[in-house]
Amino acid sequence: MVSHSEKLINELNDMAKQLRIDALEMIHRRGQGHPGGSLSIAEIIAALFFHHLRIDPMRPDWEERDRFILSKGHACATLYAALAHRGFFPIEELTNWGHLNSRLQGHPDRLKTAGVEMTTGFLGHGLAIGAGLCLAARLKKMNYHTYVLLGDGECQSGILWEGALTAGKYRLSNLTAIVDYNDVQLDGPVHEIMPLEPFVEKWKAFSFAVIEINGHNMREILDSLDMALQIHTKPTAIIAHTTKGKGVSFMENKASWHGRAPNDEQFARAKAELLGR
Amino acid sequence: MEKSSFRKAFGKTLVEVATKNPNVVVLVADVSSSVMTNYFAEKFPERFFNLGIQEAGMVDTAVGFALAGMIPFVNTFAGLFLRTMEQIRTCVAYAKTNVKLIGGYAGVSDFKDGPTHHSIIDIATMRAMPNLTVVAPADAVEVKKLLPLVAEYDGPVYMRISRADTPVVFNDNHKVKIGKGVLVQDGNDVTLIGSGVMVYRCLKAAKILSKEGISCRVINIHTIKPLDASLIKESAEKTGAIVSVEEHSIIGGLGAAIAEALGNMYPVPLERVGIADTFAETALDFESLLDHYGMAVEDIIKSAKRAFERKKGKK
Ligand SMILES: Cc1ncc(C[n+]2csc(CCOP(=O)(O)OP(=O)(O)O)c2C)c(N)n1
Repeated sequence: MVSHSEKLINELNDMAKQLRIDALEMIHRRGQGHPGGSLSIAEIIAALFFHHLRIDPMRPDWEERDRFILSKGHACATLYAALAHRGFFPIEELTNWGHLNSRLQGHPDRLKTAGVEMTTGFLGHGLAIGAGLCLAARLKKMNYHTYVLLGDGECQSGILWEGALTAGKYRLSNLTAIVDYNDVQLDGPVHEIMPLEPFVEKWKAFSFAVIEINGHNMREILDSLDMALQIHTKPTAIIAHTTKGKGVSFMENKASWHGRAPNDEQFARAKAELLGR
Repeated sequence: MEKSSFRKAFGKTLVEVATKNPNVVVLVADVSSSVMTNYFAEKFPERFFNLGIQEAGMVDTAVGFALAGMIPFVNTFAGLFLRTMEQIRTCVAYAKTNVKLIGGYAGVSDFKDGPTHHSIIDIATMRAMPNLTVVAPADAVEVKKLLPLVAEYDGPVYMRISRADTPVVFNDNHKVKIGKGVLVQDGNDVTLIGSGVMVYRCLKAAKILSKEGISCRVINIHTIKPLDASLIKESAEKTGAIVSVEEHSIIGGLGAAIAEALGNMYPVPLERVGIADTFAETALDFESLLDHYGMAVEDIIKSAKRAFERKKGKK
């Protein structure tokens, strides 16, 4: 396994910061969106879209591309920002998010937005769909790897575990699930609403290799993504411990910031914090 | 017109209903603050069950409550009940368990979250279920009036609740009965039959049409199933032309139910206002999304004129 350079780590961390600012700005401008879960995935998205994924913005439907499904589709502000910076569409388009006739829907829409692999918004679908992509890759002798980014609250849904069973049965080593384990869902803390623990054991029991990381530590993210590619006998679940609302002190760990836009004053404060001022 | 919130009315009335009836329990799948069952949760924490993001499991758990003689109110977004259709068909409708399914964020009222979150086929699917009663209140007052009846009603019910704050159509003297349509205003030339948030748009259209010399009868259908067929037949006989108006796909919803009823009883020209067999999209506000997808007051007016002309052509 290669050791990632300090330079790369710094660049990706800068990008994560940029994605946070962009996502929050989009949510603020629209007056709608999901700040908490958009902020918690910034490093993961930066690592995937600006280093790890084999994708080509010039050929969004390139057959050999790695597949990425944002199963927790409500966090799409961060995904849209990443796609724009990666060149899938002009950055200015981010300002149209959610307008009538915009290519950027309230939740990801594969038919409207280049780079969006699958339409999502209602939770739970990603893993089973990912399993289908991986089974197809096997049949077609293709080398793409499939990544599915899940919410922890999302992991309460039964269908998620149906997908996990399939991935386990077929030993889909070309599938990596990443769980954004921020322990907050819409109505409150995950451990109160519907506990998931023992969570690592659950994934293991479903025949996944499990890697636990700090989901805001870029090196750990990159290493875990690399490690998953070295596991050839089973699918991998990366359990990324994260903070909902990461980077904005008054949003951190607060369910009340799950699906609410900041006002002007709050946005100014949040932006200053994100810029480290 | 004064505006008020369906979901606030729902949340508060649910507390009143549960105060009177200790058998009422509330289940929700991690959208309590969205659909406003949080009033109930505060008042009756021991009868409140937030099961997290597991809609299918929640419906079946509610079925268990019902089998034990309790009255479970099951809460999630209307669009998410689609995920639980088989549970509803087999364990709620077929087994005829006393489960109350409350579909929040109905229609396109969750304008900001887009087509995944819109619910434009719920009436079609729920209406097709034998044994299931389907209710769609027109405003906050009607929510308040209907909810106690839904609780008392012996059998499964699906109730549609909008996320929107919309103009109040009725006052506190408004009388409702499950299965009975409401004559909101009488008229001779065309009948506008609306449900849910579209009833106030029907009234707006009727006002404009009356200035143009077309007199509209306006009916509110808050119970889509069982449909008040006799009121619809009476309206067809009286005005000879009908427009259905709903915040739903024109396939399978109120308009389809009316077409079925008229076809059986008294065919007259019918125009259907609703979403024309397409997914909508995300918008910045609710009203402009309705307008954009064929549910503008202007669309009702045009449809009324078409129905009126077709009637004259027939004679
Ligand atoms: C199946 C389903 N149920 C409910 C919702 C409404 N909803 C949107 S986000 C959310 C909470 C998600 O929590 P989590 O998966 O932990 O995401 P995160 O905390 O990362 O935002 C809920 C309940 C939904 N989108 N899909």
